Amino acid sequence: MRAVATLSEPTPPEPRPTEPILQVRGLKLSIRTDEGLAAVLDHVDFALAGGHILGIVGESGCGKSTLVRAIVGILPARAMIEAGHIHFLGEDLLGLSEAELNGRVRGRAIGFVPQDPYLALNPVFKVGAQLLEIMRWHAPDRGRKNARRDHRMRLVELLRRVQLPDPEAALERYPHQFSGGQRQRLVIAAALACAPALVIADEPTTAVDVTTQQQILDLIRDLVEEFAFSMLFVTHDLGVVAQLCDDICVIYAGQTVESGPTRDVLAAPNHPYTRALLACHPERSDAFVGIPGVVPSPFRPPPGCRFAPRCTYALAVCPQRMPYLVGGPAGRKVDCVLAEIGAAA
Amino acid sequence: MLMLRKFARDVPAVIGLVIVLFALVVAIFGPWLAPYPGDIVASHLLQRLKPPSAAFPFGTDNLGRDMLSRVILGTRGALEVAVTVVVLAMAIGVPLGLVAGYRAGWLSETIMRVTDVFLALPQLILALALAQLLTPSLESAMLALALTYWPFFTRLVYAETRRLQASLFVDALRGIGASSGRILFAHILPNAISPVIVRATIGMGFTILVAAVLGFLGMGATPPAPDWGLTISESRNYLPSAWWYSTFPGLAILVTVLGFNLLGDGLRDFVDPRLRRSR
Amino acid sequence: MTGTPDLLELRDVSVRLGGQRRWLRPSVAPIQAVAAVSLRLRRGEILGLVGESGCGKTTLGRTILGLQRASDGEIRLDGEPVGDLSPKQARKRRKDIHYVHQDAAAALDPWWSIGRILEEGLAIQGLRSAAERRARVDHMLQAVGLEPGTRRRYPHELSGGQLRRVALARILVLRPRLIVLDEPTSGLDMSVQATVLNLLLELRGRFDLTYLFISHDLSVVERLCDRVAIMYLGRVVELAPTARLFARPRHPYTRALLAAVPRLDPHAARLSAAIEGEPPSAGRPPPGCVFSSRCRHAEPECREVMPELQDEAGHAVACRRWRDILPDDRHALAAGACDGPKPARRLGLAQ
Repeated sequence: MRAVATLSEPTPPEPRPTEPILQVRGLKLSIRTDEGLAAVLDHVDFALAGGHILGIVGESGCGKSTLVRAIVGILPARAMIEAGHIHFLGEDLLGLSEAELNGRVRGRAIGFVPQDPYLALNPVFKVGAQLLEIMRWHAPDRGRKNARRDHRMRLVELLRRVQLPDPEAALERYPHQFSGGQRQRLVIAAALACAPALVIADEPTTAVDVTTQQQILDLIRDLVEEFAFSMLFVTHDLGVVAQLCDDICVIYAGQTVESGPTRDVLAAPNHPYTRALLACHPERSDAFVGIPGVVPSPFRPPPGCRFAPRCTYALAVCPQRMPYLVGGPAGRKVDCVLAEIGAAA
Repeated sequence: MLMLRKFARDVPAVIGLVIVLFALVVAIFGPWLAPYPGDIVASHLLQRLKPPSAAFPFGTDNLGRDMLSRVILGTRGALEVAVTVVVLAMAIGVPLGLVAGYRAGWLSETIMRVTDVFLALPQLILALALAQLLTPSLESAMLALALTYWPFFTRLVYAETRRLQASLFVDALRGIGASSGRILFAHILPNAISPVIVRATIGMGFTILVAAVLGFLGMGATPPAPDWGLTISESRNYLPSAWWYSTFPGLAILVTVLGFNLLGDGLRDFVDPRLRRSR
Repeated sequence: MTGTPDLLELRDVSVRLGGQRRWLRPSVAPIQAVAAVSLRLRRGEILGLVGESGCGKTTLGRTILGLQRASDGEIRLDGEPVGDLSPKQARKRRKDIHYVHQDAAAALDPWWSIGRILEEGLAIQGLRSAAERRARVDHMLQAVGLEPGTRRRYPHELSGGQLRRVALARILVLRPRLIVLDEPTSGLDMSVQATVLNLLLELRGRFDLTYLFISHDLSVVERLCDRVAIMYLGRVVELAPTARLFARPRHPYTRALLAAVPRLDPHAARLSAAIEGEPPSAGRPPPGCVFSSRCRHAEPECREVMPELQDEAGHAVACRRWRDILPDDRHALAAGACDGPKPARRLGLAQ
């Protein structure tokens, strides 16, 4: 089904499989806090095709971090999944137990690149020790005699692939001895250590300089080609999505508003929010354009379409309309009544 | 409000609060609550060493005094010691910590080294030494305890002040021209005081315990004061037959110290500024 | 000399951090955070200071403010020298200059209400009447677009955009003339950035302000600033009016920066100036030109002497070879012409 990449030599490029590797259907999630019930995710729906990079785009407070945690299964204790499924390689992740998630999925089938590399690296251990631990934990042949040496060789090769200078020496260093960009590469290497089918990156370039960001984006593109994994790339930067991602999924206040191939969506957005967001981008306007209004609080979400209060095209039916993605040509989907009635706004 | 609701959810903390409030009430209204308030000084030898009964719920001691009344009346003394010692220690320790933490240099180093010296003094030994110099009394015990307790506050406030004076909001304050005094007392102090309050609360419990030990050793309160530790010391000759003699004061110490500890622990989460709300 | 002097002038300002001997503790090795920077700031203009992390822009901002003392060089305010003062004295002399921090939330005392925070500056300045302070604060809250009820709230209850406005209001009540803004849009969503930036423009006109706009976000700088200075490892490597700098960047680093910004149109031509390697540490800068270690066009002479910032008709560059490099990249530009729906017209690709 998916190409298993061995880390010693690159796999030859093969036609990308087209069935989705990850499918989130109608995910609805709330978190109970001291201040009440936060309806963080209301209707998240997207599919990630094998070998593709899907960009999840949204502003702060849209729920993208919670979405990522839901997929990997590390939600806070008081989070309740009210509806929906997360299908990954044929199984519903929401139905798995913690033991199964820890043993089979996290680190092994799904790799994770966090926003802040320091969150993934323990400052008191050498980098080599930490990465080797990941590999040994998930290795199918634990206890085999030469396993440690093989793991080490694979790790050095992996570090070389992520363009970390002098990989052998790097294994003996501590996280604080690397620069920000290098730490990000380390974390990417850690995510790839067990040849996962899916890598989830949560805003990995938000905290780095623009030149380092360019290097990392180029690196990620090369790695996806070479190791043939699929990637979920969470970001708020439309330019990054345009550069890197094959597909895009736009989220507003916990609802998926639009999805489809990146080029098509950015060239001709269908949802009013996507349009408004693009209009803010410096390449589309000379003046400073914002979106009037504020993002609704998850404690008091507006009914129906959550963008309706700020939408210039809002109709009377919008607050009553249940979220529902309308399919379009070339795999595009929009959650908007205007698409349903076929009005070209 | 958010603060009360969050606190109410923490059951041990609420228990602690209840105990402390109860102790406070008993201490203040002791003479009116005690069935035999005159029993501080009176003696009724006919009633001596009677076990707990309806007339004397905690029994009587070797001089026939009602144990319940003595335990109740002893509460005031215990709380007085606790509050005095902790307040005195804070009054010495907190300003020293603020000054030492704000600006590095010889003054800061000097203060911290003096603090280290005082930290090295064991409380009980110092109390014993002071009791030899002055006459053994509750006052000398309180002085000894305060002198050995203030360094803990200094260390705590020093660490907090150092952290805060490097923080961004202090930098912004310097930018708008705030004087060092204003920064230190109006800004750093309220931020630094939170862990101090927690520590002080737990410290009260600890002080009661140590004061009881001193009383037990005869280095604190003197007879005929209804001090808990002193009472336990007096009870030694009458054990194990007169079990009530030491048990009830002991329980009083246990419960009070526990209450302060639980409350102090509960306050830890409570002193987060993010719980403040404008409503 | 005719005309009013520049509001702020920096001549060969250098800042060395660390290196002092401390009592009973080991000393820290010195770092040249800022080296030989010369700038002029005219009244009412917005000067952008652009660079990546570690380039010294924040240190320079703090030095202008007075919180950091310059090790060398001269700082003049309205023509009067104000350099070489202790931070306390410097703040007194330069009380017309104020600073807005990058992290707006961390710059506010979490135990104080917004109203108290805003009034504090006035109280420090000696405005005794509480009613007068209230009135000024209310006026300023309204000027930055916040409700009067905000004064009762606490910092953790406000959003990022609101906190920026509070930070602005806090220094605006003190009637500054020059404001150093440190990354005012970082961490803000695109849709919120516009409100803050439009507010900055409006306030400039209304209160006759001058801005030093420190940022790494080139797209914002391009639209907001009148002139831009590019910094690398403590030095200004290019300084020009915005339109000119973005249309015809001269320094190789500037080109690399512009090329690195991710574009919406994936086929849009990129100046083939992708940069390699990591920025060198400020503690051990490379010999000669500070950019020579990562520059594709570096020659042996570049590694000997750091070129001076040379002004040519208002566009200053610190590079020996900028004239030779320019035609090089134009070729690549023509070769990779875009075929996207919109011609790439922003970020350095006009002509």
